Amino acid sequence: MLFKDIPIRKKLLRVILLINGIILLVTCLTFLVYEFYVFRKATTEKLSTIGKIISVNSTAALVFDDHDAGREILASLKTEPHIVAACLYNKEGNLFARYPDTAGIKSIPAAPGKQGYIFTASSLEGYELIVQDGKPLGTLYLKSDLGTMYERFRLYIIIVSLVVVVSLLLVYLLSRILQRQITYPVLALAQTAEVISNEKNYSVRAVRHGNDEVGRLTGAFNEMLEQIEVQNNELSQFAQTLEQKVHERTLQFESVNKELEAFSYSISHDLRAPLRGIIGFTSLLEEKYGNNLDDEAKRIIGIIKNNTLKMGNLIDDLLTFSRMGRQDIIKSNIPVSDLVKEVINSLAGKDPKISWNIQSLPDCYGDINAIRQVWVNLVSNAIKYSGKAEHPAITIGSFTNKVQVVFFVKDNGSGFDMKYQHKLFKVFQRLHSADEFEGTGVGLAIVEKIIAKHGGSVWAEAEKNKGATFYFGLPKQ
Amino acid sequence: MNHNLVDILLVEDNLYDAELTIHELKKHNMGNNVFHVIDGEEALEFIFATGKYEGKREVGNSPKLILLDIKMPKVDGIEVLKAIKSDDRIKATPVVMLTSSKEDPDIKQCYGLGANSYIVKPVNFDGFAQAIMNLGFYWLLLNHPVK
Repeated sequence: MLFKDIPIRKKLLRVILLINGIILLVTCLTFLVYEFYVFRKATTEKLSTIGKIISVNSTAALVFDDHDAGREILASLKTEPHIVAACLYNKEGNLFARYPDTAGIKSIPAAPGKQGYIFTASSLEGYELIVQDGKPLGTLYLKSDLGTMYERFRLYIIIVSLVVVVSLLLVYLLSRILQRQITYPVLALAQTAEVISNEKNYSVRAVRHGNDEVGRLTGAFNEMLEQIEVQNNELSQFAQTLEQKVHERTLQFESVNKELEAFSYSISHDLRAPLRGIIGFTSLLEEKYGNNLDDEAKRIIGIIKNNTLKMGNLIDDLLTFSRMGRQDIIKSNIPVSDLVKEVINSLAGKDPKISWNIQSLPDCYGDINAIRQVWVNLVSNAIKYSGKAEHPAITIGSFTNKVQVVFFVKDNGSGFDMKYQHKLFKVFQRLHSADEFEGTGVGLAIVEKIIAKHGGSVWAEAEKNKGATFYFGLPKQ
Repeated sequence: MNHNLVDILLVEDNLYDAELTIHELKKHNMGNNVFHVIDGEEALEFIFATGKYEGKREVGNSPKLILLDIKMPKVDGIEVLKAIKSDDRIKATPVVMLTSSKEDPDIKQCYGLGANSYIVKPVNFDGFAQAIMNLGFYWLLLNHPVK
């Protein structure tokens, strides 16, 4: 696990242990090194002092060339057990006396070296010039075993190591206990934050443990919580009010919608009854008195009937238009091929001179009654506007693009000028006069409304006097 | 007119519609025993022989067909239909509901209550005449009544 990922408690422990360990090690090493040098220096001095004493004592022996005396003097070194070998050389550099007697040639250098002491791996050895009245008499060789010194050193190292280990243990235990002072508030804050984020309960507050940075952080944290809680309350109050408002508006809309429905029912009912009266009685007039009427009177009666019929159609179309806006769409799979056949049969039986080209049509998904209305309006438009062509031809087909299944109805009729196409799907907008082609100007508006309710789109292409193609696309299922 | 010999009871508040209906029925020799009442209240009195028809006819001797307009003042067609279809003596009588509007929210309710047919009166006189003629032919001549 990366250092940044381990818990703060462990981080603190590790940092404290590391710092303490380094301090302890540096201190102890310094101490050891110092001790080492002091010790070496003391040992050297001591050996040098012994050497000087032996040198002074052995002058007589050397002057008189008394080997026994020399040996005796050297034997006094027994009191210094760390001196493992010693010897005297005469002024010619020849071995004069040695210590201990058993010392082999190997442990004693054959010829004397220069004045001074040097450390070897396990011993300190050196030469002391024996001088009397400025005249050299010979050389003393001394060899001190450093084993005891190193032993003492080993002891030092053991003690130092023990001190380090015990200190670190103490540091560990103490910091374990003391780090809680630092980590507890942080951990408590973290835990509180976790609880809040898990339970989304912003009324929880973190407990503040003092006035240090963590304490200030806890304070700021609590303040933020306070703000969140206040804002949450405001939001939920707002949402409640909004919901209330939506509910009220919905009720208003529902009541308006109901009124509208009642209104359209009344319109359709009450506006149609007088129309029926007008046509009915005009027909009665024609029926009963037709023989007494001249052509002009008959023409006028025809106009009355025709206009009344138009009024009736207009009412029906407007009602369909308004019903399409209000009615909910109930979607199902629609076998378009069958639907189109049914629509054509119901509309085109009247005109045998139209040549039909019906391509294969895929099923679509929508409200069958509404989509039937779309086909009725588009097909009856095609029939109507191609009616004056010499050889009326209507093509019905389909294609798909990325998002839609598109159906089209194409005729070779009167078409229209594309610059007016923006008016095409608006209610009461007509691109032909009533004399030219009958109509109420509602049919395409109904188509547009139905397709819009299905989430689709309608458009048209046309050329004047050459025909028009109306497209409608429904979203792919 | 003998109130016991009524073939068609026409319940219609619109006098012009009633006149045209009767004219059309007469034209096809079905208008001789048509009786017209002008609203639901009078229709109930006639059917159940109450009010001004009390003692003038027998309830069981019901018309062969009742043409019933839905939208009428005082008592509407739906209430009359309910009364007819919940009375054992006359519920077998065919009732054809007439309305001016296909927007009518009551179409489903009418069928639910046992209406035998439901006709939207077209604005177009030819269509209207055709509808009335077909109704008469079907219910008076083709349809075989219970009794």
